[in-house]
Amino acid sequence: MSDTDPRADIPKGMRPDEQITTDPTKPQQRMRAGSLTMTLAPWIAAVVIMMALPIVFDNNSSLTIMNQMSITIVFALAYNMLLGQGGMLSFGHAVYAGVGGFFCMHLMNMSDFFAALPLPLLPFFGGLFGMGLALIIGSFSTRSAGTVFAMISLGVGELIAASSIIFVAFFGGEGGISGDRTYAQPFFGVEFLQQQEVYYLTAAWVIISAALMYAWSRTPVGRMANAVRDNPERAEFLGYSARWVRYYSFVASGFFAGVSGGLFAINYEILTEENLNAASSGIILLVTFLGGVGFFFGPIIGAVVFTLVQTVLSLQTELWAFYAGTLFLATVMFFPGGLAGLIMMHVPAFKLGKAQLLVMPYVRTLIPAAIGILGLCALVEMTFHYRHAATGDHEMTLFWTTFDSHTIMPWIIAAVIAAVGIGIARITAPDLKDAWNEANTAGGKK
Amino acid sequence: MDLILVNLIDGLVTGLLLFMLSAGLTLIFSMMGVLNFAHASFYMLGAYFAYSISIAVGFWMGLLIAPLIVGVAGAAVERFGLRRVHQYGHVPELIFTFGLALLIEELVQFIWGKNQLPYSVPDVLNFTAFAISGNSIPAYKIFMIFISVGIFIGLLYVLTKTRVGMIIQAALSYPRTVEALGHNVPLIFMGVFGVGTALAGVAGVIAGPVLGTFPGMAFVLGSIVFVTIVIGGLGSLWGALVASLLIGWITTFAKSYNIEMENILNAIGIATPENMDENLFRDFWSITSPQIADILPYILMVLILIFRPAGLFGKRTQ
Repeated sequence: MSDTDPRADIPKGMRPDEQITTDPTKPQQRMRAGSLTMTLAPWIAAVVIMMALPIVFDNNSSLTIMNQMSITIVFALAYNMLLGQGGMLSFGHAVYAGVGGFFCMHLMNMSDFFAALPLPLLPFFGGLFGMGLALIIGSFSTRSAGTVFAMISLGVGELIAASSIIFVAFFGGEGGISGDRTYAQPFFGVEFLQQQEVYYLTAAWVIISAALMYAWSRTPVGRMANAVRDNPERAEFLGYSARWVRYYSFVASGFFAGVSGGLFAINYEILTEENLNAASSGIILLVTFLGGVGFFFGPIIGAVVFTLVQTVLSLQTELWAFYAGTLFLATVMFFPGGLAGLIMMHVPAFKLGKAQLLVMPYVRTLIPAAIGILGLCALVEMTFHYRHAATGDHEMTLFWTTFDSHTIMPWIIAAVIAAVGIGIARITAPDLKDAWNEANTAGGKK
Repeated sequence: MDLILVNLIDGLVTGLLLFMLSAGLTLIFSMMGVLNFAHASFYMLGAYFAYSISIAVGFWMGLLIAPLIVGVAGAAVERFGLRRVHQYGHVPELIFTFGLALLIEELVQFIWGKNQLPYSVPDVLNFTAFAISGNSIPAYKIFMIFISVGIFIGLLYVLTKTRVGMIIQAALSYPRTVEALGHNVPLIFMGVFGVGTALAGVAGVIAGPVLGTFPGMAFVLGSIVFVTIVIGGLGSLWGALVASLLIGWITTFAKSYNIEMENILNAIGIATPENMDENLFRDFWSITSPQIADILPYILMVLILIFRPAGLFGKRTQ
C-alpha cells in the first residue's frame, strides 16, 4: 500500500478487501488476515530454540517426538503453500511426501551411490522426486481450483496409495521398504548413529525449508498465488494466468513435501503404504487447519500442538482421536483462523496498549471453561469405560484418582464439575466480551 | 452367458446401492455447491442405528426408523453446523464435512466398538430366489434392487411432479427469487439435506447386512461415492444414476473375469520381456483385473476430469 492509496482515509483493518469474512466485529472468524512480513527476530529465536531443545530434553523419547514434529512442520508448511497461500484444498498431498520418501529409500539401498552421498543431501533428492511427481500431476490438476482440484487430488491420492500394494517392486507391498542411513558417506565425520545427530540434521532442514518457503511467499509468484486464491478472474485481467500461478505453487509445494518425505526416510528408515494413504493426507490437512492457514507460522504451531496431542494424549487415553476430531471440528466452526488466528487477533489490543485489560476476564472465563471441559471429558471417559472395559473390570483411573466406574458417585461429581465450570464460564462470558470490545477500541480510559 | 447375467445382477445391486448415496449427495451439491464428505458417514450411521433397532424390534422397524433418525441428524448438522460454516466460504465447508466424517467414525467406535457387528439378513429374506446355472441369487439382492428402484421412482416423482418438488427445483436454481415469492429457502435446504442423508441412511440399513457393519464402512464406500457423482457430473441426478451403474458393473466384471495385463499387452503387439524377475516393470506386467478393480473408478474419474471436467452429464462449467 503506497501513500497514493485512494482508500487511505479508511482506517486500516476496515477496508473491505481486508475482511475475508462478513463481520468485522468478530475477529476470531477471520480466516485470512493480511499478509505479515516477519522481521529477523522470530527466525533467530526459532533457530536458538531448535538448537537448545535437545540439550533440555535429551532422552530418546523426546528426541523422537521432536523429530516427528520437525518432519510434520516441513510437511504442514508445504501443505499450507497450497491451502493457505494458494487456496487449493488437497485431499491427497501425502503422496508427494510419500513418493519422495520412497525414492530416498531406494537411493539409500543403492549402495554404491549412497556411499558417496552425504546423508544431509538426501532430503534434497526427496524434494526433487516429490517435485517431479507434482510436475506431472499438477499439469492437469491445477487447471481449476476448488472442488475439481480437491476431487482430482483425492482420486490421484487414492490411485497412488492403491498402486503401492500392486507395484511391489517399487513400494514394497504391505511390508514397505526399509534401508540404513548409516551407510551414507560420513558428513564431517558424523555417521548419524545417534538420534541427536538425526535431530540436528532434521532441524537444519526445517530451518532451511521454512526460510525458503517464506522467501517464496514474498516473491512475485508467491504474492500472485494469494491474488489467484482471492480473485482468479481479477488476476487474469492483470495478465497472469491463474492456472500457471497455481501450477508453480503446486510444484513448489510438491518439492517441500518431498523434502519432508526424505526426512521421514532418514528418521524412520522405513516407508510403507501408510505414508501415502488418505489418512496421512487427512492428518496433514487437520494439522495445517488447526494451526491456522492465514499466517505463515500457523502450520508450525499446528504441527507442534498436534504432535504433542498425538503422542502425549494417546498415552493417556484411547479416545485421543475422538478429542482431536472434536477439536478440529470446533476450530472449523468457531475459529477458522486456527491457533495462529487466535494469537494474532490479540495484536490490535497490544498495539493499543490495552492487553492487560483482558487478563482478568480471561482468567475468570477460560479457567472455569477448561475445568468444565475436563469434567465433560471425564464423563466421556467413564462412559467409554462403562461400555467397553472387560466384564468385571470396574476400576478405572482418571486424573490420578482410582474409582469404581459402576457406582453413581463419580458420575455425579464429574457432572457437577462440568455443569459448574461451564456455568461460571457462561456467566462471565459477557464481561469478557465487554473487556474485549474495550481493549480493541482506540482512545478512552487506559 | 450365464455368468454375464449373474454379474449383471451383482453389478446392478452395487450400482443401485451407490446410486442411493450419490443421489442424495448430488442433490445436496446442487443445493449448497459443496460436496458433503460426511455423506457416507450417514450411510454408516444408518447401518448402526438399524442394527441397534433390529435387536430390539426387528429388521423392518429398523428399515423404517433408522433412516428417520439419520435424516433428523443430517438436518441438525445442516442447521447448526454447515449453515454456520457457510459464511466462511467453500473450502472451510469442505473441511468441515471432512472433519465431521472423522468425528462420526470416532463416535461410532466410541458407542459400538471397533469390531464388525453381527448385523445380518432377516430370516424372511434369507433364501435363494432363483439360480442361474448353478449360481444362486439370494432373495435379499432382489429385495435391495426393488427398494432402490422404488426409491428412485419415488424421488423422481416427488421432484418432477409434485408442488414441493417444483419448489425445491426452483430453489436449487434461483434461491433468491424463490425466497422473494415467500418460500422459506433455508428450511427447504435443511429439508433437502435431511432427505439426502436419510437416503444414505436407507442405503446403510439395507447394505449393512451384506457389506458388513464396521467402523471403516463409510471410508470404504465414501470416496467411491464422490467419484460417482464427479463422473456423472456434479449436480446431475441422471448422471449419478448412469455413473453408479457404470461403476457397479465395471468393478463387478473386473473382479469376476481375470484379465491379465500381459495378455492385453501381447495382444497389442508388445512382447513379454525375457528376464521378468529383474525387469523394473514386472509388477506392471503381472497386473490382473481383479487386482485393480477397486481403483478402476479412480482412474475413470481422473480421466473424466482431465478430458471432460463437467462430468458425463454435468452442465456446470467452472
